[in-house]
Amino acid sequence: MTIWTEGLDFQALGERIRHSQAQELELEGVLGQRYIGAGLRDKRLRIRGVPGNALGAYMDGAQLRVEGNAQDAVGDTMNDGEIVVEGSCGDALGYAMRGGSIFVRGDVGYRCGIHMKAYREKQPRIVIGGRAGSFLGEYQAGGRILVLGLGLEEEQPPVGAFPAMGQHGGAIFLRCRRPPQDLPAQVTAKPADGEELRWLQGDLRDFCQRFGLDPEPLLADEYWCLRPNTENPYQRLYTPY
Amino acid sequence: MPAISYLYPAFELVRDESRCTACRLCERQCANGVHRYNAELGRMQADERACVACHRCVALCPTRALKVVRTNNALRPNANWSQDAVEEIYRQAESGGVLLSSMGNPNPFPVYWDHLLINASQVTNPSIDPLREPMETVTFLGKKSVDIRRGPDGRILPGGAPQLRLNVPVLFSAMSYGSISYNAHEALARAAQELGTYYNTGEGGLHRDLYRYGANTIVQVASGRFGVHPDYLNAGAAIEIKMGQGAKPGIGGHLPGNKIVGDISRTRMIPEGADAISPAPHHDIYPIEDLHQLVHSLKEASGYKKPVIVKVAAVHNVAAIASGVARSGADIIAIDGFRGGTGAAPTRIRDNVGIPVELALAAVDQRLREEGIRGQVSLVVGGSIRSSADVVKAIALGADAVYIATAALIALGCHLCRSCHLGRCNWGIATQREELVRRLDPEEGKRRLVNLVTAWKHEIEEMMGGMGINAIEALRGNRLMLRGIGLTQRELDILGVRHAGE
Repeated sequence: MTIWTEGLDFQALGERIRHSQAQELELEGVLGQRYIGAGLRDKRLRIRGVPGNALGAYMDGAQLRVEGNAQDAVGDTMNDGEIVVEGSCGDALGYAMRGGSIFVRGDVGYRCGIHMKAYREKQPRIVIGGRAGSFLGEYQAGGRILVLGLGLEEEQPPVGAFPAMGQHGGAIFLRCRRPPQDLPAQVTAKPADGEELRWLQGDLRDFCQRFGLDPEPLLADEYWCLRPNTENPYQRLYTPY
Repeated sequence: MPAISYLYPAFELVRDESRCTACRLCERQCANGVHRYNAELGRMQADERACVACHRCVALCPTRALKVVRTNNALRPNANWSQDAVEEIYRQAESGGVLLSSMGNPNPFPVYWDHLLINASQVTNPSIDPLREPMETVTFLGKKSVDIRRGPDGRILPGGAPQLRLNVPVLFSAMSYGSISYNAHEALARAAQELGTYYNTGEGGLHRDLYRYGANTIVQVASGRFGVHPDYLNAGAAIEIKMGQGAKPGIGGHLPGNKIVGDISRTRMIPEGADAISPAPHHDIYPIEDLHQLVHSLKEASGYKKPVIVKVAAVHNVAAIASGVARSGADIIAIDGFRGGTGAAPTRIRDNVGIPVELALAAVDQRLREEGIRGQVSLVVGGSIRSSADVVKAIALGADAVYIATAALIALGCHLCRSCHLGRCNWGIATQREELVRRLDPEEGKRRLVNLVTAWKHEIEEMMGGMGINAIEALRGNRLMLRGIGLTQRELDILGVRHAGE
């Protein structure tokens, strides 16, 4: 079923989506409406145009595909489901995300994957085809972030400044020859290895499948993995009395 | 540890040997390990270095043989370099760490509640006897619509913004499961249900077994988003966005990994042993204009059925901030004063950041009224409401209701030892150790909380009746019912009250 979104504000559009009987929806002419798919459990949405901030916030199982760019806070506090963005995204993508997957073909802004966390079977993942801005994976507590830097083919990692600041769980994978030089003291960069390689390969194949890319040449590349080097890096900060 | 860092214990245990029967109950009760039995001497001994003055042993000693006294071991008195100031330097010179403590600001800042006096009727209008005349304490929190819509038959159409109905204008404020125990949470939940008011989950998620109290629950969303998912958002009667906390404005939270065990881990939905770090800001809100986004994303995810509360700490520009919050689509603003409690906060922040809630409340209410938007939001204030008199004064200053937490914990047995962050609460409140948690019976806790709030309700009615007011509505923002005592003109101006005698 197609919803023509022109002239619908976010509240009206949200209501149409929530109350629609159809499981497959196509949203045409989306122009900045926020919260599309917020808290949504089921349904598959194909979005044409540019959705506004907080696309898929608190989402809990729905599947969204954006044929274009998305804005800030995509997948904010997402619990389950999948978001695929064929273009690029703004800041704070996957903020506090706890489950599901986000695949972005292009670039993402600042603080991608901030405070991402994992719990038992909930292992969220973000795969970025292009470059990520500064503070990638800030406060990351769990889950996986993979940044591919496709088409950049530089020696330098495809991230801005201060990746993994405050990271205390999870893993960040970067396709590059050299690891970032400005890592915080509690984070270590090593070539991806063992179980890390298995995660990476699975995520990479899924990403390529979503965008019709050939994973094989990418699988042969070098990847650096950023992970915290102690269990509780901030314990020693305090003097309780 | 070098001799420089030796600190004489702050408290001394005085044991009356003529009464002590060496029954060793104190030893079993003290999770800090202060008491021990010396078999050779056949009597109890104490190592007071670990004593936090929680008075558990004092309260349970069957022969009343124990008391805790402040030590009189003293440095040379110095009004500038207090003993605390010196000892804190010793601690930090030893550890290099940020000082960490708990509960509200203990320092002697002015308590404006104690400089406000309540009016009573004499001769000019009759006072009311609440025992024999109806008194209305029911309060509705939420956006109050100014436009009334009527159907074709002329009847008023229901609808409008969702409201919280309180039998008494007192709610239990946010304390997370993790900072306090399961039994403490259950006591609060049961009491809220019986009283017809609400308790608040804090930022640690909602335990599965407590979903049944959802109709009396406010679920909180903080920057760490622990345990936040659609079921949680829809479980409560309202959703509170925590922007700040009075005890630690401007900083985030950190529940250390050693407290993330068992059900805490399940409820927060993070692995056991992982630190629970809440960032200082919500990273999806930078300017205040973005608050609109978070408020509405929560409303979208909860189908516009629940009021959204935005909780901010009382800070210098709180009136302007509240104005922004009122325009964000929030239904209720909660303001938390700088004397509000915490399960752990850096001491310097707790003791030096923020302002008293009395001044913040007066400034916010005034500002919202001047801007004509007071009806768009309800105001709930917290941050050391200690008695029913504080409640009456807060409402007369402009609050719709108050949040209490420290007072509620005291009702549950808290002795304000300010050691919550150590996780060894002997009263079973601020601990996750099973044998300690068991000491707090949720049903008995509920009874005490219900008693406290019921007693306050009677007292509120008495004070209202004395003023000749029979509905809490007529007290709200009624600053003529207050007079200041011992305040400067500037303070009176900010509070919007006259001096006693005027």
